[in-house]
Amino acid sequence: MYRYLDMAFIDYYKILGLDKNASEKDIKAAYRKLARKYHPDLNPNDSEANKKFQQINEANEVLSDPEKRKKYDKYGEHWQHGEEHEQYARQQQQNRQQYGGGQYSGFGGGYGQGFENFEDFGGGGDFSDFFQQMFGGGGGGRSRSQAKYRGQDFTAELHLSFREAAETHKQTLTVNGKQIRITIPAGVENGQTIKIAGHGGPGSNGGPAGDLYITFAVANDPHFKRVGADLYANIKIDLYTAVLGGEITVDTLTGKVKLKVAPGAQNGAKVKLKGKGFPVYKKEGEFGDLYLTYDIQIPTNLTERQKELFTELSKLES
Amino acid sequence: MTTTTLISTTDFCTWHKVEYPFIRSLSDAGLIEITIVDEGEFIPETQLQRLEKMVRLHHELEINIAGIEAITHLLDRVEALHQEMRALRNRLNLYEGD
Repeated sequence: MYRYLDMAFIDYYKILGLDKNASEKDIKAAYRKLARKYHPDLNPNDSEANKKFQQINEANEVLSDPEKRKKYDKYGEHWQHGEEHEQYARQQQQNRQQYGGGQYSGFGGGYGQGFENFEDFGGGGDFSDFFQQMFGGGGGGRSRSQAKYRGQDFTAELHLSFREAAETHKQTLTVNGKQIRITIPAGVENGQTIKIAGHGGPGSNGGPAGDLYITFAVANDPHFKRVGADLYANIKIDLYTAVLGGEITVDTLTGKVKLKVAPGAQNGAKVKLKGKGFPVYKKEGEFGDLYLTYDIQIPTNLTERQKELFTELSKLES
Repeated sequence: MTTTTLISTTDFCTWHKVEYPFIRSLSDAGLIEITIVDEGEFIPETQLQRLEKMVRLHHELEINIAGIEAITHLLDRVEALHQEMRALRNRLNLYEGD
C-alpha cells in the first residue's frame, strides 16, 4: 500500500527562474542571485523572505546535484507515478530474488524507509514534504560535506497586558512543540522584537539552528498612555480645589499617591511626578515620569444659593 | 566592575572554518573590535553574533569585505529606522482614541 501525502508538485526550475535546459552555471548564478535577495541575515524579521529562502535552498539542493536533478527531471511532475513505478519494480525484484530471478538495478529501498529517516539524511529538516518524499532516503543523497544551511528563523507574537509589560516576569512559550521559558524584562515596548538565538528551525547539513524572534504586542491601558518610559494621564479636579488649592489622590502604576494642587491651577496644566512612570527597559530601578494633565470640572446643576455666590463673585471681578 | 567574556580569534577561526586574514580584514575595516590580551587576540562575546552574521554573508553569499561593510551599515540604518518608526507609532497612540 502506498502512502500518498496531500502535497503539490514543486517546480524547482520556476523557483529559480530557469528553464529545464539550464546549465550548472546558470543554476549556480540564479541561486546566488536569489539567495542574496532573500537571505535571512539581509531580511531580519521577515518570515516571507525566510520562507522564500528555504524554497530557493531546496531548489538548489535538487538542481545543483546531478543525481537528484536527473531523478527530478525523470519523475518530477509525475512523482506519484514514479513511486508506483519504483514500488512495482521493487516487488518484481523481490519476486525474482525469491524465485531465483535475475538482478534488478534501480533506486534500491529508497522512498519509504527514507521518509521515516529523513532527519538523518543530509537534506535537512526544513525541506518540503515533496522533497522528503522524492529524495527522503538513500536514493541519490548527497554527503554531509554539502553546504551547511542555517535553519529557518521563526517569528512569534506575544501579547502582554500593560501591567505585565511593567514587570519582569517569566513566560513559557510553546514553539513547534518545544517549550521555551523566557524572561521578559520590565519595560518592553509595543512592537519591540527580541531574538532568542538557536530556537528557530534546525539547520541542514550540520548548519546552525535559526533564531526565534518574538514581537511584543502590549495592550493599551484605559488610564495611562505611554511614550517610551513616560506615562501620561488626565486627572479630574473639582473647581474649588483648582481655585483654592488642596490635596488630591491620584492613581499611579504602583498605587495611589497624594498630590498637592497649588491654588489657581489651570485647566490643561501639566504636573510631573518624577519616577512614577514605566520601568526603563533593562535598567533595573530606573523609571520614567508620570505626567498628569489637569481636567478641571466645572460644576453643573447649581443650587440657587451657589448661583447667587457665583454671581457675587463675578460682580467682584468686574 | 563588569566582566567581559572574550573568545580567542584562533578558536573562532577553527570553529567556523574561516581564515584568520578574513577576521583581520573585518577588524581593519572597523566592523569588529579585536582585543589584545597577553599578546593573544580576542573577540568580545558581545560581538559574536555580529561577526557570525558577517561570516555567513561571506560564506553563503560570497560577499567580500567591502560588500559586508556596506550591508552592515545599511542593516544598522534599517534597524535604527525601524526603532524610530516604532517609537513614532507608539507616540501616535497618545493622540488616538481621545
